Amino acid sequence: MNDVLLMLVSILDSTIRVSTPLILCAMAGVFSERSGIVDIGLEGKMLAGAFAAAATAAVTGSAWLGLGCAIIVSVGMALLHGFACITHRGNQVVSGLAINILASGLTVTLGIAWFAQGGQTPQLSGDARFAALEFPGAAAVADVPVIGAIYSELLSGHNLLVYLALLAVPLTWWVIFRSRFGLRLRAVGENPQAVDTAGISVAWLRYRAVMCAGILCGIAGTYLSTAQNAAFLKDMSAGKGYIALAALIFGKWHPKAALFACLLFGFLEALSVRLQGVQLPVIGEVPVQLMQALPYVLTVILLAGFIGKAIAPKAIGIPYNKER
Amino acid sequence: MTISNPQQAADQSPAIDLRKINKRFGPVHANRDVDLQVGRGTVHGIIGENGAGKSTLMSILYGFYEADSGDILINGKTVKIRASKDAINAGIGMVHQHFMLVDTFTVLENVMLGAEASSSLRHSMVDARKELQRLSEEYGLAVDPDAMTGELPVGLQQRVEILKALYRGADILILDEPTGVLTPQEAEQLFSILDTLRSRGVSVMLITHKLQEILAITDHVSVMRAGTMVADRVTADTNKEELAELMVGRKVLLHVDKAPAQPGDVLLQADNLTVRDADAVPRLDDVSLKLRAGEIVGIAGVSGNGQTELLEVLSGIRPVEDGKLNVNGTLIDATNVLDAKDLRHLSVGHVAEDRHRLGMVTAFSARESAIMGFQDEPEFNRGLLTDGGAITRHCQQLMDEFDVRPGNPDLKSANFSGGNQQKLCIAREMERQPKVLLVGQPTRGVDIGAIEFIHQQIVKLRDAGSAVLVVSVELEEVMSLCDRILVMFEGRIVGEIAASEADAKTLGLMMGNASEAGGNAG
Repeated sequence: MNDVLLMLVSILDSTIRVSTPLILCAMAGVFSERSGIVDIGLEGKMLAGAFAAAATAAVTGSAWLGLGCAIIVSVGMALLHGFACITHRGNQVVSGLAINILASGLTVTLGIAWFAQGGQTPQLSGDARFAALEFPGAAAVADVPVIGAIYSELLSGHNLLVYLALLAVPLTWWVIFRSRFGLRLRAVGENPQAVDTAGISVAWLRYRAVMCAGILCGIAGTYLSTAQNAAFLKDMSAGKGYIALAALIFGKWHPKAALFACLLFGFLEALSVRLQGVQLPVIGEVPVQLMQALPYVLTVILLAGFIGKAIAPKAIGIPYNKER
Repeated sequence: MTISNPQQAADQSPAIDLRKINKRFGPVHANRDVDLQVGRGTVHGIIGENGAGKSTLMSILYGFYEADSGDILINGKTVKIRASKDAINAGIGMVHQHFMLVDTFTVLENVMLGAEASSSLRHSMVDARKELQRLSEEYGLAVDPDAMTGELPVGLQQRVEILKALYRGADILILDEPTGVLTPQEAEQLFSILDTLRSRGVSVMLITHKLQEILAITDHVSVMRAGTMVADRVTADTNKEELAELMVGRKVLLHVDKAPAQPGDVLLQADNLTVRDADAVPRLDDVSLKLRAGEIVGIAGVSGNGQTELLEVLSGIRPVEDGKLNVNGTLIDATNVLDAKDLRHLSVGHVAEDRHRLGMVTAFSARESAIMGFQDEPEFNRGLLTDGGAITRHCQQLMDEFDVRPGNPDLKSANFSGGNQQKLCIAREMERQPKVLLVGQPTRGVDIGAIEFIHQQIVKLRDAGSAVLVVSVELEEVMSLCDRILVMFEGRIVGEIAASEADAKTLGLMMGNASEAGGNAG
């Protein structure tokens, strides 16, 4: 009984760890896509952020400076995307892909040039990483049945960025649905002309939206390289940006639903790790590759059939052209 | 008025005073020394053909474009309008032809967008709701603030646009072709709203190309032609004929000049046609009609009462599922399905209601649009390839015969004005002298000069012995162009009247009382 509980808590615990970058990127996507800008470049921004954070932390020894630098770099890439799509009305998917390719190539190139470790950054330790936060009394209640395990294992013991990601969801929700900025942002994603004729600048509004996305992707990248891992590794984002994008669509561009989608993807990944090499009744040992492919297979199935019609913001992907 | 009292002088200055406004787009002089004065608390009409410069002038007033030169005075004060924000601050509100509303927002959210009181929506909403309530009552503009905007009928959406302007404190309201999307009833309601606005001191500018609207509601009317303001009239002192002549620059025949019809053989007969939509609701309900040679039959009715489905079935776009269709001796029913191409071969021409969706591909050149539906004809093909030369010559010929301007077959279809696009579509369908011609909204978005021409062509085809079916939401058009009128309501034909006996009132009653009549009959 207790073993089952511990195993469940352990799987949920790693679900949260794995989901954190997905959640941050999905919230980034909410900002960008709700404003009408397709953000396929979540992946690239996160990867660039991861490199910037690890590189800065390695040089300065401060995880916080790493976070700041990651945000700056990621926002910079978001602005590049904005410059191409908002100012010059370019194709948003092409621009996003360019961001991803740029990040993938540039991080490794700079990594080799600066650190000469085959594209990696030096191992981080101590203050150069975001350490786990122990909740008060976590150790004391650890032995209390059920509650103790949940409190000390599941809730306590994550690093700051995990809690920040969980906090980002209600914050995003509030900004999008309860603030003036959010009202305008949703309007600009549905009908930019309505915003323009109301006397508000469409371009400035969309720039602010992609900058919000940049900040969140920067935090996600920092988490990857300075919290979850202890260095930047080549292509360490490994498609998480795309999974987050899928979760965003799966969640119909709604922060809360996107959160659950991210947690679901995270849970499957955690489960696949846990089930590797385990003998299951009837089936026997499940091949590792199958378990690893599970989140992606699920993405395809869910997107293809189960979520119903996901209605995207009406003006998404269409550059705004004032002249008629 | 004395100079010693500038306050009073300011009070009597016009709401809008435009002086020598000029605007060029490259070689096009869209506005040339335009002067305009709109008195306070009046409804002022701006009339002119498409491309006369009305929209440019309004865009300058609302800050979409900046004038190259000239002054704008609002309530006697010179203002610089560089962006919509400046126009809003000067008290100008605009109701665009295509509504500037977010469909997924509630009415309240749309009204407050851009004019929120604080950065938290909750607080803004409380105030906005009160203010919206007050405005609704004061101006008689009832609308549910929590309704989803996209689900409202267009008439109510337009009301939201007006409320949006009033919410921003507008005392000058510009309406750009406001009745283009409205049913006649909704247009009536709009006019009574404008009446109320006027009585509350709001100055209204009404941009339109419909003469009867000008006469129905405005106090003054200004006429634009080719970028200049050509005339300024007190509405009571002018009439349709004069305005039409001023707009076009020559005498225009407003009524169709035609000999009485000589109906001959039945060329198309429909028996008990029924069309159901995906929810099994009948969109076309047991419709029977006959089209005879040498006769123009009109379908009157508020749009959305089955006219579209009728045209689709008769032209073969939609298969006959229930009922029979006899086209010149060929029987079509559920067992013998013919498509649009087959019907073309049976000499049925179809000018689609929505030319951008069904009539042409706007991204194609005119010569390509001009053979659509006939692209498989041997004359346009050479083996597996199309015959470019023949297609161009064919388009050139159509353009010459139907006076399509500019007469350039290589120009993109989208770059022609609505009237010229329509002339090209009609030319294409009429060129082979179809025995039956179906025409949906023959003059929607078409200039008054082109309307006259299109009507003449339709009458010419009738006189050559074809049967013509005209579907139009313009009652005037149905009455003056057609010989016999059928009234449609909720998918049924609820009345028939000879055009010579019809007037707007009788037809309106038939369209309006149709539900009772239908209820009794059914």
